[in-house]
Amino acid sequence: MFKKKECVAMLLAGGQGSRLYALTVKTAKPAVPFGGKYRIIDFTLSNCINSGIDTVGVLTQYQPLVLNEYIGNGQPWDLDRIYGGVKILPPYQGQKSADWYKGTANAIYQNLAFINRYDPDYVLILSGDHIYKMDYHAMLQAHKERGADCTIAVIDVPIEEASRFGIMSTNEDGSIYKFSEKPKNPDSTKASMGIYIFSKDKLQKYLTEDEADPESSNDFGKNIIPNMLAAGEKMYAYSFEGYWKDVGTISSLWEANMDLIGKDPVLDLGDPDWRIYSRNQSTGPQFVSDSARIENCYVTDGCEIHGTVINSVLGSGVKIGAGAYVKDSVLMGDIEICSGATVNYSIIDTNVTIGAGATVGAAKEEAKGITVLGEDVQVPGGARVEDGAIISEF
Amino acid sequence: MTAVGIIFPNIHDNKIPELTKMRTLGSVPFAGRYRLIDFAISGMVNAGISKIGVVTLNNYQSLLDHIGNGKDWDLARREGGIKMLPPFISSYENAAAGRYYSTRLEALLGTVNFFKRCKEDYVVMSDCDVICNIDIKDVLRQHVESGADITFVTKMTTPSKGETVRIVECDEDGNVTDIVGAKNVAEKVRTFINVMVLKRTYLLNVLDMAIGHGYTSFMQDVVCKNIGKETYKIYDYTGCYAKIGSMEDYFDCSMKLLDADMREQLFGVKNRPVLTKIRNSAPTRYCEGAKVTNSVVAEGCVIEGTVENSVIFRGVHVGKGAVVKNCVLFQDTYVCQGADLNCVITDKNVIIKDNRKLSGHETMPFYIGKNVSV
Repeated sequence: MFKKKECVAMLLAGGQGSRLYALTVKTAKPAVPFGGKYRIIDFTLSNCINSGIDTVGVLTQYQPLVLNEYIGNGQPWDLDRIYGGVKILPPYQGQKSADWYKGTANAIYQNLAFINRYDPDYVLILSGDHIYKMDYHAMLQAHKERGADCTIAVIDVPIEEASRFGIMSTNEDGSIYKFSEKPKNPDSTKASMGIYIFSKDKLQKYLTEDEADPESSNDFGKNIIPNMLAAGEKMYAYSFEGYWKDVGTISSLWEANMDLIGKDPVLDLGDPDWRIYSRNQSTGPQFVSDSARIENCYVTDGCEIHGTVINSVLGSGVKIGAGAYVKDSVLMGDIEICSGATVNYSIIDTNVTIGAGATVGAAKEEAKGITVLGEDVQVPGGARVEDGAIISEF
Repeated sequence: MTAVGIIFPNIHDNKIPELTKMRTLGSVPFAGRYRLIDFAISGMVNAGISKIGVVTLNNYQSLLDHIGNGKDWDLARREGGIKMLPPFISSYENAAAGRYYSTRLEALLGTVNFFKRCKEDYVVMSDCDVICNIDIKDVLRQHVESGADITFVTKMTTPSKGETVRIVECDEDGNVTDIVGAKNVAEKVRTFINVMVLKRTYLLNVLDMAIGHGYTSFMQDVVCKNIGKETYKIYDYTGCYAKIGSMEDYFDCSMKLLDADMREQLFGVKNRPVLTKIRNSAPTRYCEGAKVTNSVVAEGCVIEGTVENSVIFRGVHVGKGAVVKNCVLFQDTYVCQGADLNCVITDKNVIIKDNRKLSGHETMPFYIGKNVSV
């Protein structure tokens, strides 16, 4: 019992996110908390529903428990549907073979059956590790109007950073004539955002061919896109303007959180016309006590603040004791900072306790780097966590 | 043992006419992110009740909007779930059923078919004028064990000035010996907090009898006449408690939230969370120069000014240099630069323009109605 869908989204959420170290020991990167009450994957899922795409396959592989639980039946994103909705697609054992997802292209290849159930004209490929608000519907329109076989979303990056990305060289009409993965001497500043729309038949053709090639690393960027380009398919770049951030590293995750605060925050999540949905906690409202000082902060419900908090992002259920001091930090949720403790320039994962009088990190100006405490870490009273340390067990 | 819940969101509407002009008492906002009915629904849901009837009367659009299909309370169910029970008004003049009820008993009579179709053994009834976190499961347990016909949930409390209460007298075994209405009681008494448990079949018998005798009042005609004959027990609730009987009460109850014990007993009870409609607001942004102390704040706010001893609802904006003291600001109130508010309650979507100075008094908070711009 399936209805035809014009476009099905496939969200690659299987990556380990190893550059987030302690934050992804127990959790897949897309399920890492962000911006107080969100998880990274909320942005892509919300973009889908806000763009009118109601059929989303989420490809999971690494540490899927938290991610699976979090997505559940998709109800927070309005993706609990009779026809379509969100579906978790883990690797599976087939009659002839059983494979982990070998690469991004292979992951989609293994789920062609899922895609074909909806008989879509187009397939949108997404990844679950970026923070951005984007109307995929507008991109799909562009794809249709140009009669493209593949449309790749690109964003202008500074030329000095271009060698970190897959770079598209385009003609005036936006058609791509060259694609170079992490080029040493980039000749364009149009970086691929890892967001592709394929016409379904072409996608199926190239995935099948790619699968037959034993030399291939089964990757969109390394194989599928270059192959299609070489074959002369109609490939276009779709320029996106707006906030977009890969939060694959500790420092970029910290920066993206800080983009929510400041004088005129560059990232606004309060837009009622483009809400970011998340699985909400049922906690009481926030309480700010007599002894609290709270400045330039982003605070979620369920927080109880008695100490000083400056330039920080606080997730649900963070308790900050009297005389505690928190600055330039991201506290993900269910964290207790006991009285007199100091936290500076740190990212602290969920369910962490910092004992009374303990010190975590050093002031941003002097610190060697961002201090990271993983899930469930308990820092005893009076202890000291060196600046720049990354700790998953204390 | 199974139970069905019944909630009366409209009874007591007349006690705070300002706030119930556009809504039921059950949909009066409270504590930054809740509506009063949330406490009643959550109590039942936390006791494992998955079928709840909401007996409405009028003005219930905001209530419908709040409850939706009930999914935020896990009540979007195929079996049971939340059932809205509006008055059954027939378009035929002489039809037997069909008028607005004015008492609890009449309200129940209008929903007798709902009870007949239920299969649950017990009925838990609750109004929406009390803010508490009752362990309904324990009330049910006691009710079943004691074999009572009706169990009344009571609370030892000193009523506020001018409040009308029902004082429950009982013997050592917790049997009700008398229930009396009283006003201006200045001492600690055992009051009925409008939550009760009874057997469904017992309720159906009561309703049958009420039709036969033309009774109109549940308390006077049914309960009070049978004290001593039937087994009426009390259940003394000891947790946090605030009752809304007037606008001043509403203000006082809101200010009680600034007390740590009250918050802990209301929102911090393990396995008994208070659930409400999810609005997907972003977290609250405290800007540079914000000065917030001793306040309850919900999500989705932007605070640039000073907030003291206040309850701030979702989506409120407090502009630069604005001072908000001892206030309750409902959802999406916008306080512009330099405004100065003291003891003010603003309803939804109120705009306070630049540099306006408004003040009420703790005993007489100044109320500004919905969508008003000052």
